[in-house]
Amino acid sequence: MNQQGVRWTAEQVLALAPDDASRRAGSRLGAAGPWSGGGSDGTGALWGLCKGSGSRPYQTIVDTTGPAYKCSCPSRKFPCKHALGLLLLWAADEGAVRRSDVPEWAGQWLEGRRARAAGKEGGDAGGGPPTTSADPEGARRRAEQRAARITAGAEELEQRLADLLRGGLASADRSGYGLWEETAARMVDAQAPGLAGRVRDLGAIPGSGPGWPVRLLEECALTHLLDRAWLGIERLPGPLAVTVRTRVGLTVPADGPAVRDRWSVLAQYDTSDGKLTTRRVWLYGRDSGRTALLLSFGAAGRAPQLALPVGVAIDADVTPYPGAGQLRAELGTQFSPPVPHEAPPPGGSVTDAAAAYGLALRDDPWLDSWPVTLSGVIPVPGQDGGWQVADADGGHALPLSPAALARPGLWRLTALSGGGPVTVFGECGHRGFTPLTAWSAETPETVALT
Amino acid sequence: MTTTTWEDLVTSALLGTDRRTPAADVLAPGEDAPVALLDAAALHTVRRRAGLVPAPAAPLPEPAPHDDRPPLPEAARRRLGRLLADRSGAASGGRRGTAPDLTELLPQWLAAANGHGYRAPASVLPALLDAARARTDLRPAALAFAGPRGLWLARFNPDWKFALRGASCRTALPSPDDEEAVRRLWEEGLFAERVALLGAVRSHDPGAALALLASTWSTERAEDRLMFLDSLRDGLSDVDEPFLEQALADRSRNVRSTAAELLSALPHSALAGRMAERASTCVGLDRTGGNAVIVVEAPHECDAGMQRDGVLPNPPTGRGQRSWWLGQLVESAPLTVWSSRLGGRTPEEILALPVADDWQGELHAAWCRAAVRQRDAAWARVLLGPPATPPATGPGTSSLAERSQLLSILPGGERAAWVAGFIAAHGLSEAFQLLGVCAVPWAEPLGRAVIDALDIARDAGSYPWSFSGVMGLAERCLDPEEADRLEVLTAVPDEPEGASPGAGGYWSEAFQRLVATLRLRAAMRAELSP
Repeated sequence: MNQQGVRWTAEQVLALAPDDASRRAGSRLGAAGPWSGGGSDGTGALWGLCKGSGSRPYQTIVDTTGPAYKCSCPSRKFPCKHALGLLLLWAADEGAVRRSDVPEWAGQWLEGRRARAAGKEGGDAGGGPPTTSADPEGARRRAEQRAARITAGAEELEQRLADLLRGGLASADRSGYGLWEETAARMVDAQAPGLAGRVRDLGAIPGSGPGWPVRLLEECALTHLLDRAWLGIERLPGPLAVTVRTRVGLTVPADGPAVRDRWSVLAQYDTSDGKLTTRRVWLYGRDSGRTALLLSFGAAGRAPQLALPVGVAIDADVTPYPGAGQLRAELGTQFSPPVPHEAPPPGGSVTDAAAAYGLALRDDPWLDSWPVTLSGVIPVPGQDGGWQVADADGGHALPLSPAALARPGLWRLTALSGGGPVTVFGECGHRGFTPLTAWSAETPETVALT
Repeated sequence: MTTTTWEDLVTSALLGTDRRTPAADVLAPGEDAPVALLDAAALHTVRRRAGLVPAPAAPLPEPAPHDDRPPLPEAARRRLGRLLADRSGAASGGRRGTAPDLTELLPQWLAAANGHGYRAPASVLPALLDAARARTDLRPAALAFAGPRGLWLARFNPDWKFALRGASCRTALPSPDDEEAVRRLWEEGLFAERVALLGAVRSHDPGAALALLASTWSTERAEDRLMFLDSLRDGLSDVDEPFLEQALADRSRNVRSTAAELLSALPHSALAGRMAERASTCVGLDRTGGNAVIVVEAPHECDAGMQRDGVLPNPPTGRGQRSWWLGQLVESAPLTVWSSRLGGRTPEEILALPVADDWQGELHAAWCRAAVRQRDAAWARVLLGPPATPPATGPGTSSLAERSQLLSILPGGERAAWVAGFIAAHGLSEAFQLLGVCAVPWAEPLGRAVIDALDIARDAGSYPWSFSGVMGLAERCLDPEEADRLEVLTAVPDEPEGASPGAGGYWSEAFQRLVATLRLRAAMRAELSP
């Protein structure tokens, strides 16, 4: 490892781009042409001046340990194309970003950042758990009020579901999306965003392709199950009660003891519902064997802040959220810059994967999928979109999920396999398997499929 | 335990519990029917999900053929990723700024990687096939680089069908020695496979290839006959003459004229002899006036024999019949015939002879076409004349397209020197086509001539986009070693009197882009060397 930590690859850099347009614009800036005064301080900070259309070049600074970006350009994209270009320039290692002293314009921001980071760490170490509120009595009262509102919301939702089943799901196709949207709004009023999200998802099911009544009944039943669970939450065992609170939409802070490990970044992908972009990053702890999910959010059109390139490992603290069957965690202190880590986590057969999902449902029956690593599997292209991943002996197979079939990564997976066995990390659920990352014995590459 | 099946629950839910009350085992007395149904459905759903088992696997795909080419060096692999990532960005119009145009470098990169014989990384194959799909000019190199796994992959995606149509299915071809396999593929294969097979057998044993072609010739469709005949163009030799002579009697007119064209490129063929004879009767020497003069007596008719030898009887609109016939005769006659016919003169002396009655243009143009067809460098050289001569007064042709064809016959070094001379004398405005036939990277005198001409154009105060075509070529074709020498040109100069406003800045930008692209090409080249 050199002093700058590991250089990222171009793919890893481009994975940070908030959208296709920035990816292209960034690629075009990833050559020495417009850059001057590029440098790095050897601990993960990069800077450079990029000539734009104006007379003054843009000042671009990247802290790869965050990663965090700062640029004097007016772009609202994050990271902007200049930051991407600078990272690409650095990734290409053509001598345009050399080890040098930090210029004044970059030093200020970098120092501020590092001081804040140090302060946060110091605060954590010294202050113990942060004091929650100045007015514990008031906080308790507010929590009770909110719980009461959610209870009212859950009861109302139960009523609506009962009405729906009394009249028949066939009519749900006719009533259209408006009814669901209105119900979702009622759940937002009831301060139960989890229920609101489920209701919106229900509204998207009618008419969504063959078998929609079955899917609608399943999801209605699970929503009903969540309602009943909330209404009887005092009778549930502790961990399950926390899961129910999380599912309903009450945020519970990450309070588990932090786990320090060498965490491999297995996958990173974004989903968007039009208002909010959700980024999921899957981590695998080399020593603990734990799998953790980091979530971060961005407003529409802006990429979420957290970005970890697939194929690296970080030495970091990860704090799990509470609740049965919950993998979500929060990234804490990072102790070193990312290093490359190409080896896949240990995997199993497709049968193991299905069983792992089944087991996970014991803790959280609302789980749609569970992270698994399949080893020695072969993607099988099928007619009419019926693709599978099969054990190499050709015995058993999991169907690929509809989401997987729509992604270009499907072709990368097939190309990487070439009809031979590969190791695939992905999410296994009731709608099939969604491959996210793949490894082949033929190449040391970690191939992101998202 | 309930005995109500999941299907019963779905039916009940679909129709509504008012119409289809759930069975008694679901509905406890006194319970609300929809709630009971939801309870049962939730139980079913979780149980079903928890009990999911894998399905029997569909037949596994045939593994991709092994590719024993060495893998790309790591830096080159990353570079390829970036070249392919930029691919879709080329459509954006507007000023290009100082950043190199990566899309234009992909063909070079592929050619160099293929030259080293590297294997494409499996994970870039989809992007590579997508790039080849969008740009037909990339296809041969991209498919060669993609190799057997690329073809294997293309079978599964209808978007990549083009890869299977292409002729690069070399791996699947039987060995030319395996007569039975060759015969079977020839009789049963797809057209593209058959063309590829013919080429493979031909490079191995030309006679066997002709025998193969002749065995099914009469049953092939006319357009296929034309394509097969056209594929003989590579490696054409006297062995092919009897077959081509036969094809002169073909049912299809296009096949006949292609056969005649190929025969006329063989100076020793019978057809070339017949054409030489005909052309000789039309062009002769008249010494009566003291000075030798070429006299031309164009043919009076286009007889059956001429038509059989591929002469087209009907001229395009606007051309006289007789000059049309004459042009075709001279074009198809071997150039060697003229020295003896015109008093033992060298090509140079022949071109210097005056031509009577305004036939000079017609005659010289026909000689140009003949030189191109017969790839005769000596004639091409004289027909081009010295590069400094203004095109309009040159010996052979003033058309840039024909000149570049003549140039392409000359050896590489001579070609570059000629174009360098042309640019030094006439500037860049007409040089684009000529530059296109020069070998890449440009030889040093040529590169220097282009840079000097660009420098002169800048000093003259015009805008760089008047030269964007040559600039683009220079970015792709200049020797990367020139980058350091070009650095001085990237400074913004003081604006000279009468220059176009702001031109200096744009020129500096254009030269910066040129230098950046050259540096990038040097880096690409270095990354690919093992």
